[in-house]
Amino acid sequence: MSAPILQVRDLVMRFGGLTAVNRVSFDAMAGDITAVIGPNGAGKTTVFNLITGFYKPSAGEIILHGPAGQKPLHVTVGHRIARSGVARTFQNIRLFPGMTVLENLLVAQHNTLQAATFFGIGAAFGFGRYRQAEREAVALARRWLEATRLLDRADDPAGALPYGAQRRLEIARAMCTNPVLLCLDEPAAGLNPRESEELAELIQLIRRGGCSILLIEHDMGVVMRISDRVVVLDHGQKIADGTPAQVRADERVISAYLGEGDEDEVPAAPVEGAA
Amino acid sequence: MSGASRLPEGPHVGGVPHNDDGVPEPGEMGGIPRGPEAPASRPPVVHALRDAGLAALVALGLFVPLVGLRTDVGPSGGGLILRTRWADVAILVGIVFAGRLAMNLWSSLRPAGRPRTARRTAQIARIGTFVAPLFLGFAVLMPLLPWTTRYGLDLGVLVLTYVMLGWGLNIVVGLAGLLDLGYVAFYAVGAYTYALLSTTYGLSFWVCLPLAGIFAAFAGMLLGFPVLRLRGDYLAIVTLAFGEIIRVVLLNWVSLTGGPNGISGIPRPSFFGLSFSAGGGPGSFADFFGLEPSPTHRAVFLYYLILVLALLTNWVTLRLRRQPLGRAWEALREDEIACRALGINVTNTKLTAFAIGAMFGGFAGAFFATRQAFVSPESFTFIESAIILAIVVLGGLGSQLGVAIAALVLIGGFEAFRDFEEYRMLVFGAAMVVIMVWRPRGLVSSRKPSVALGERKAISGDLVGEGHG
Amino acid sequence: MAYALQQLINGVALGMIYGLIAVGYTMVYGIIGMINFAHGDIFMVGAFVSLISFVLLSTGGWAAGPGAVLLVLLISMAITALYGWSVERIAYRPLRGSFRLAPLISAIGMSIVLQNFVQVSQGARAKPIEPVIRGSVELWHGNGFSVSVSTMQIVIVVVTLAVLAVFTWLVTSTKLGRAMRACEQDRKMAGLLGIDTDRTISITFVIGAALAAVAGTLYLLRYGLADFFMGFIVGVKAFTAAVLGGVGSLPGALLGGLLIGLIETLWSAYAGQDMFLLRELNPAYKDVAAFAILIATLIFLPSGLLGRAEVEKV
Repeated sequence: MSAPILQVRDLVMRFGGLTAVNRVSFDAMAGDITAVIGPNGAGKTTVFNLITGFYKPSAGEIILHGPAGQKPLHVTVGHRIARSGVARTFQNIRLFPGMTVLENLLVAQHNTLQAATFFGIGAAFGFGRYRQAEREAVALARRWLEATRLLDRADDPAGALPYGAQRRLEIARAMCTNPVLLCLDEPAAGLNPRESEELAELIQLIRRGGCSILLIEHDMGVVMRISDRVVVLDHGQKIADGTPAQVRADERVISAYLGEGDEDEVPAAPVEGAA
Repeated sequence: MSGASRLPEGPHVGGVPHNDDGVPEPGEMGGIPRGPEAPASRPPVVHALRDAGLAALVALGLFVPLVGLRTDVGPSGGGLILRTRWADVAILVGIVFAGRLAMNLWSSLRPAGRPRTARRTAQIARIGTFVAPLFLGFAVLMPLLPWTTRYGLDLGVLVLTYVMLGWGLNIVVGLAGLLDLGYVAFYAVGAYTYALLSTTYGLSFWVCLPLAGIFAAFAGMLLGFPVLRLRGDYLAIVTLAFGEIIRVVLLNWVSLTGGPNGISGIPRPSFFGLSFSAGGGPGSFADFFGLEPSPTHRAVFLYYLILVLALLTNWVTLRLRRQPLGRAWEALREDEIACRALGINVTNTKLTAFAIGAMFGGFAGAFFATRQAFVSPESFTFIESAIILAIVVLGGLGSQLGVAIAALVLIGGFEAFRDFEEYRMLVFGAAMVVIMVWRPRGLVSSRKPSVALGERKAISGDLVGEGHG
Repeated sequence: MAYALQQLINGVALGMIYGLIAVGYTMVYGIIGMINFAHGDIFMVGAFVSLISFVLLSTGGWAAGPGAVLLVLLISMAITALYGWSVERIAYRPLRGSFRLAPLISAIGMSIVLQNFVQVSQGARAKPIEPVIRGSVELWHGNGFSVSVSTMQIVIVVVTLAVLAVFTWLVTSTKLGRAMRACEQDRKMAGLLGIDTDRTISITFVIGAALAAVAGTLYLLRYGLADFFMGFIVGVKAFTAAVLGGVGSLPGALLGGLLIGLIETLWSAYAGQDMFLLRELNPAYKDVAAFAILIATLIFLPSGLLGRAEVEKV
């Protein structure tokens, strides 16, 4: 597989006088797991927010090669990006804590369901087509609940789940939008080694299902093992791009990481703080 | 009322605490009464006395000028004269002392408050399933009960109007989490729509009712568009301003609205073309059914009319909650950013909430106009919005039953004080404060899931979001 | 031109009063993130305490002179500050860190309580007082029109600036001010660092109420009337001023107050006059103008004129 699913070209993002992302270009191939790594403040999350439409880039292009052809994401409104097949999770988990696990997954299928209701009008009268659509939606939700081992918690409020389960639920919810590209923002943060391991398996399962994955991660163990391609950012610029083995051997990458010392002790720059 | 004992155990989603609780409270507060959690070394009674004494001292400072020294316009019409009322001050200070003392002793005797468990939440929800049909049964049967007086009927109409308004606003505030302090504007739009269309074009109530709803819904969208990006208190203040603008326009656009004099002679509704005229002439309700003409007929009719309208509001809300739209509203209340990431059009979702909530306000307004046969800007002041919002929040956001109970308690209680005209707003305001302090989440805070694989378990209010918009 | 200048002066005087109240809103919003809905009514209480004190002094026979005004001002500040403290203690502190709407409803309840408490205790009729500060200074004279500044207006400007100067010094240069700013930035962290956050918040309310008392006194002296409902509309306008200037910014509050005062005064003065489009405007809509500005500000300039822009956190 060598067709790109996502092309990022000369992406620039400035906050006031600060350039958080400076002429970054990379491709994510269809069916691949592409990781974006870098020390804190390197601009990883900003790149993510640009791709998923939470920020508008100061310059540059982001092209999605989705099922409906090319889509320039840099000029697409936030919620339409999700509709064109890009789903994401958040570094600080963003669930609907007061809604049940199942409800969370149904909200993710809002657009499909809403279309089946003739935009709300038909549903009020209980049209059969809506009931059919809802059954299908529940079936899809059930599938992802099984995949994330949350089926027994389906009727519990999302906010009551343990941390690791909330992370999995967020991924399940993103998958319920039927994305072609799943963007995961530090999915392993705060997980214990066993949970990280399970997460890696889940990601690979998703990839086998045909969904490409873009991943920001600090956990180098996970990144190096499951990624097909790694993009390294530092100070808002791309410093390396290649297979895990290539990147590991790259001197600029080594110095970027060593130069920063223990990355976890470097205080987050304001830009990364906006994530 | 100790601050520390009320801190909720908020859900720490994603390891990020959602609320700013858990603030340590070092040190005494410069002689300020600290409530019962202060030093254990001192005997509780001594502490309680000291604390109550301080409270009494504060009360003395508060009441001496405003209660003790009453100003009145002098008999000659010139300057003000003073009248002293030290006895009243003494009584008030005494009440504060005794009240504070009782409160301190009570909380030092009572064991530490037990946390509300999931079981209790479920219990409350179960009680709700019994209470709701009971209420409904009573509401349906009330006009037929032999001991229902005309006054009781009118009170019922009033309470049901507020129940309907509360349910309408509940869509906006409770479900979508959008704080609206100008809801009365839509009530006014509905009322004036009916008043103007019926007096100018002679349209009947049944034609005007949907029109009133549509106009109000448009007003809702009109408000919704500019405020989409605003959050929280900013949204509240802008909606408040919107409500005031509508009122000031009604007050000053004399050629259309009659200004402060309002519009009178608004036609009363008819029962499928049968009027409720007091004379009982041909074509009247009494004549058709061969009844003795009685003003009670109209009252009963109005009662059932508002009951049906209120139940319609409730039915649509419950229905929508189980639809994608309703779920999107609730999701919006929980986390707007996550909604966007899931491809939900946040703008449209908010606008529909504003529009549908406003529509029911419009219906209620049309009903108000036809019941009173008179509308003027005076009926649509900010205090009305505040009362409706208070009903929603005191009842419990999103809870239909809670809103109905809150309307009954607040409006019924308010009426119960009608003999103390002067004091009833004072008591009303105090009740708002006390209920909020006692139950910040409202009477019924739990949320029922809209869909489930197995059993639908009530969700504790502590987990349910409150909206940021 | 002379007329315009005169209106400008009137507007500035009114704006100063709004600014004083707006500071109270801004401070409370900054520190606990809520609109202190009862703040307008605190202003009303301040006006009433001043009214009562003036009547008390005049019955005692020493009502005239700057000494009396100063005394009244101090009494009003002290009593009103006690009201501000009590409101926070009773209605807001128990709800700290709780559900966001609860303090708002509680504040609305408190606003109703204060209004009706004053209505019950002092009566519903508006209370007039005789002018205490008289006289004026003529600035310009000619063409049968003169521009003058009343002594009252001078007092308003001088007192407001003096009070705000003291207040600014308090916030920027004292330990208390540092504690307040720390709580504004991050209350939890401030608490962990040993700042008594409850006490700091209490003091914020006390200071805000004292400033509102100054505003109430000046308003009473300028317009000669007090009634129990006066706090609502003045409060909303002062809040508008706070938002216009940028919530959290103290100079912004004053600037916003001045702008609102000017707009309101100029609208009343010019709307409906036989000039250009002005004849289409209705002077009765001066409040609508203020509200429309509020809405427009929030939409086009959500962080106000002098406020900090907030980046949406994802």
